Amino acid sequence: MKYLDEYRDAEGVRRIAAAIRRITTQPWMLMEVCGGQTHAIIKFGIDELLPPGVTLLHGPGCPVCVTPTGIIDQALAIASRPGVIFCSFGDMLRVPGTSRDLFSVKAAGGDVRMVYSPLDALALARQHPDREVVFFAVGFETTAPANAMSVFQAAREGLTNFSLLVSHVLVPPAMEALLASPDCRVQGFLAAGHVCAIAGCEPYIPLAEKYRVPIVVTGFEPIDVLRGIHQCILQLEEGRATCENAYERAVRRDGNPEAMAMVDDVFTVIDRTWRGMGRIPHSGLGLAPKYAAHDAAVKFGLGPDPGEPPSACISGLILQGLKKPHECPAFGTRCTPEKPLGATMVSNEGACSAYYRYRKS
Amino acid sequence: MNTCPIPLADYPVVTLAHGGGGSMMRRLIRDLFAATFGPDSLQSHQDSALLDLPPGRVAFTTDSFVVKPLFFPGGDIGSLAIHGTVNDLAMAGATPLYLSCAMILEEGLPMETLWRVAQSMKQAADAAGVQIVTGDTKVVDKGKGDGLFITTSGVGVLEFEGETGPGAIRPGDAILVNGDIARHGMAILAARAELALESPIDSDSTPLNHAVHALFDAGLDIHALRDATRGGVASAVIELARDSRHDLTLTEAAIPVREDTRGACELLGLDPLYVANEGRFVCFIHPDHAERALDLLRTHFPDTTPARIGTVTEGRTGRVTLTSPFGARRPLDLLSGEQLPRIC
Repeated sequence: MKYLDEYRDAEGVRRIAAAIRRITTQPWMLMEVCGGQTHAIIKFGIDELLPPGVTLLHGPGCPVCVTPTGIIDQALAIASRPGVIFCSFGDMLRVPGTSRDLFSVKAAGGDVRMVYSPLDALALARQHPDREVVFFAVGFETTAPANAMSVFQAAREGLTNFSLLVSHVLVPPAMEALLASPDCRVQGFLAAGHVCAIAGCEPYIPLAEKYRVPIVVTGFEPIDVLRGIHQCILQLEEGRATCENAYERAVRRDGNPEAMAMVDDVFTVIDRTWRGMGRIPHSGLGLAPKYAAHDAAVKFGLGPDPGEPPSACISGLILQGLKKPHECPAFGTRCTPEKPLGATMVSNEGACSAYYRYRKS
Repeated sequence: MNTCPIPLADYPVVTLAHGGGGSMMRRLIRDLFAATFGPDSLQSHQDSALLDLPPGRVAFTTDSFVVKPLFFPGGDIGSLAIHGTVNDLAMAGATPLYLSCAMILEEGLPMETLWRVAQSMKQAADAAGVQIVTGDTKVVDKGKGDGLFITTSGVGVLEFEGETGPGAIRPGDAILVNGDIARHGMAILAARAELALESPIDSDSTPLNHAVHALFDAGLDIHALRDATRGGVASAVIELARDSRHDLTLTEAAIPVREDTRGACELLGLDPLYVANEGRFVCFIHPDHAERALDLLRTHFPDTTPARIGTVTEGRTGRVTLTSPFGARRPLDLLSGEQLPRIC
């Protein structure tokens, strides 16, 4: 298949893996930022192809995983209200809040619908003018443009029954929070290719310089991931620390300016709480004041971001690369995809789910 | 094309009276179901069908169908309800003969829809060589059903000697699949989500009994059959591995997945190995007979690519391992529920 087979080609994979072995003279700790990369690495066994001593830490780039419990609880409260159609991407439905998940709300009679795009939710708002249609807008820079577009269109059409419950987060501030932590073990980053396709490479240039850490924009197929690792280790071995793009087929240096213009119009940068990582300044997006009529938090009087209650789940340590999933005492016992303690076990992109699915035995 | 025998001007939709046991229900059964399913169907006007079965052990199975949308590329709930039960009988090594058909209709279902579904069931039954001999109809209030639910049960007779099933699986067995996988699940998902695919993916829904009959008729040493419906090919082989306590390896590169199916799976973040099929089965067979079986499968499924996808190994732990194209090995396990499409 075009754009797929050539990046999963076994011979190509072996060639880059051999090149990585040739240039590596000492142990290195790299972090892949995106959960999609984590799954590719574990599913295809890419980490097994690396020289001993090269360790991949799994980063915070899973939108489901970093959505704080407090916001999930807000989603559950809205979805339980009569007259509301609550729309969400599929993998948010099983994420536990304090006491239950969206599937349970649906089973109890709430009108919870799985959609594939915020524009599907917008269409529901048009079809049901007598109902409040709320879309759960989670994700990184990647999903922000489509979510922004839905609000922009709703405002233009005067669809006052459409709103977003926003829990958008931004990648560079989270990477900076990791780098600034005294516990940080990360020596090089594989930045998330899809995020950079929207926001570009430029936000990472000052980070690479300030913290003396190589940052390589990386894709998601086996050959993409290995190319990112190769460029990152090459920089480390040569003592360089810059931002490089190893995913040129999807990422331009300035990203997608049209998409970013839409995001800048609809959203404004705010502080956000990340599940397991706490409050990070300027790390999220909220609706700009001029779109407050489409803000579910305002419409339903929810108040500010409620923060993160204490939990038995160590996903915070996992999302910061300080622990691996199988080092958690609850992994595979008290915490499974059927009864997850935390979001990292739920999401398709969560590190715990990847380990459970591909590495359990 | 025939027209619906229930005058649409009088009854354009199903009403509660159509399930009320009175003349309207009798008319629905007589003019729509009996007229469609043929003269031998619902034949006795008694409370039970009376059947003459050839000698041999009888296989008996049942399945319910709740698919949404009712019509999708490559099939509909009617053909699915026939194929599902026919295939369950075929997987037991039985020749399917007779089916029952129970329908739960939601008040307000267009009569034309019911008529199309009934016609599709008749066509599917004819293609599979089975008869619908008894049935039931209930109507539920509007909003209490999803248009139409169908339950079919079926009986068949085992013509061939020898046990098949997990207990017959042996180390060295070849594992075959009769064609490209994951098309039914992706056809439904794409139709449901109105994904704007370049060309719609058509379901693989098809009767398997003729092909299975041909395999047995050729005297091939078949050890186990399992249709790869919900949970996909992965769940089918994992269940057989667990039940037999034999270890299996599957070769990822050998598992046929059509390009458009693979593209849709990638788009939604789904693993085709776990996506549902309605016309695919895995066959565990003596390795010396694998090539002959594949040749037979190719003649029965000319539009697709039957393939050998794996082997039963010596271990007795009941584990399934998948070998990736670059040699990495990973365990395959049952998923806890349905796969959920990802965010980005």
